[in-house]
Amino acid sequence: MRPPSPSIPEKKFIYDALNQSLRLDGRDMLDLRTPTITFGPELGWVECAMGKTRVLAQLDAKMVKPLPERPFEGIITIHSEISPMASPDYEPGRPSEEEVTLTRMLDKVLRRSDAIDKESLCILAGQRVWQLRLTVHVLADAGNILDCSCLASIVAFKHFRKPEVEVIGDEVIVHSPSERAPISLAIHHAPFCVTFAFFPDALTRPVVDPSLIEQRLSAGLMSIAMNAQREICVLHKAGGVPTASEEVLRLINVASILVKDLDKLVEARLREDWEGRKVEVR
Amino acid sequence: MSIVLPGEYVPAQHVNLKLGPGLLQLSSGTQQAKSAPVISTRSGILNHSANKSKWWVEGNSRRYVPASQESVIGVVTGRSGEGWRVDIGSAHPASLDGLAFEGATKRNKPSLKVGSLVYARVSLAHKDMEPELECFDAQTHKAEGFGELKDGFVFQCSLQMSRLLLDPKHFLLPLLGSRFPLEAAVGVNGKVWVSTKETKHTIAIVRCIEVVDPDGGGMDEVDVKKFLSKLDI
Repeated sequence: MRPPSPSIPEKKFIYDALNQSLRLDGRDMLDLRTPTITFGPELGWVECAMGKTRVLAQLDAKMVKPLPERPFEGIITIHSEISPMASPDYEPGRPSEEEVTLTRMLDKVLRRSDAIDKESLCILAGQRVWQLRLTVHVLADAGNILDCSCLASIVAFKHFRKPEVEVIGDEVIVHSPSERAPISLAIHHAPFCVTFAFFPDALTRPVVDPSLIEQRLSAGLMSIAMNAQREICVLHKAGGVPTASEEVLRLINVASILVKDLDKLVEARLREDWEGRKVEVR
Repeated sequence: MSIVLPGEYVPAQHVNLKLGPGLLQLSSGTQQAKSAPVISTRSGILNHSANKSKWWVEGNSRRYVPASQESVIGVVTGRSGEGWRVDIGSAHPASLDGLAFEGATKRNKPSLKVGSLVYARVSLAHKDMEPELECFDAQTHKAEGFGELKDGFVFQCSLQMSRLLLDPKHFLLPLLGSRFPLEAAVGVNGKVWVSTKETKHTIAIVRCIEVVDPDGGGMDEVDVKKFLSKLDI
């Protein structure tokens, strides 16, 4: 069942509050919900929560034969799923509109932006390459699942380590983590996604990281994927309200500051986890 | 105190047995009703009254299951014949008859639009039928506070929180009421409607309920007072 649109009193109240620059959760218009990142027992198992939105990303690697047209490159596949577990508004079966958007955005942000060096995933040209499989599960939807999923996924890539392999002639030896320390992936840059919501009233300023009700009442969303070096990877705005170019530039500047903070937070959490983690090496 | 899972047998036996939410007496055909076993249909904590005549299961589920005589808040999602369809957060939409209002006649029915909020009582809840709502007391034909909710704001909390708010001994609403005037209606389907003069007061209420919610922060009275003093109200 599609969720009914918010009731008349809800609409009126939220628009009124936003006009006074007040948000329901007490944030400023350009404040993110601080993400909490939790790591699982395995490498590449990351749970990311922003407020009540929760996303689980898991990365695993296996060896496959490369595609014949790209014999030197590894393969990255992304599977994302929004199940009814996220919210009763989603139904199992046919992918919903949100799910399609999420899958496509993840593909653009992680794969097409060349964040991960695919050539370093090659083991034996034309014979053996690593296939990285990223699975994204939305556990709870309280708005802005896209940013949360992107964050969880990129952290999963950074957190993951692949086992070391040795090639002698045509023979491939995989060393288990207990023999040799697994090695992290070669990551060129880490794009983070930041979403802004616009409202039908032109006087209302856009908000960042919209909550579920803000997202439902918004007239349009704009997602910017950017890395800490201020390079824009994706700018996605499908329809919605007309926006002046100065406004877009202003939001890009806002995003660049937010992304820098996110990058710092992620690095700190990864370091913290790595220090507390025991990867067995003789 | 004991915890039950769905399908467990419950040792509820009394000459005048009354079963609350989450319990079901298995119909055993020709047998006497007294000896029919009782099972739980939800997980939670099993409670009973002092003389063991009333039994119920208390848990914190997210999905509302309608039960007769409970007051709920719903959103009108459409018209159907003489009445309206109302979303109360249950698996199926509820129906609200056009005549189930105080003073309503065939000619003079309240005008509810799609998206209006109503505070109503569940008049029929049966596992094989759609739930039905009414906005008046069927005996006295008086509104008794039920009807359309205008303005204000409605938001979702956990079902357990909505039951806590309905407890007259709970600290939160009196505490908030001592700070600023407010009007509130709580539906046991986890929807709370509040109306205040100032936008920031409504936001303060929403945030306080969120931090007290056992599903979220689970703060107690002392913490909430500290939290309130930090808010700009």
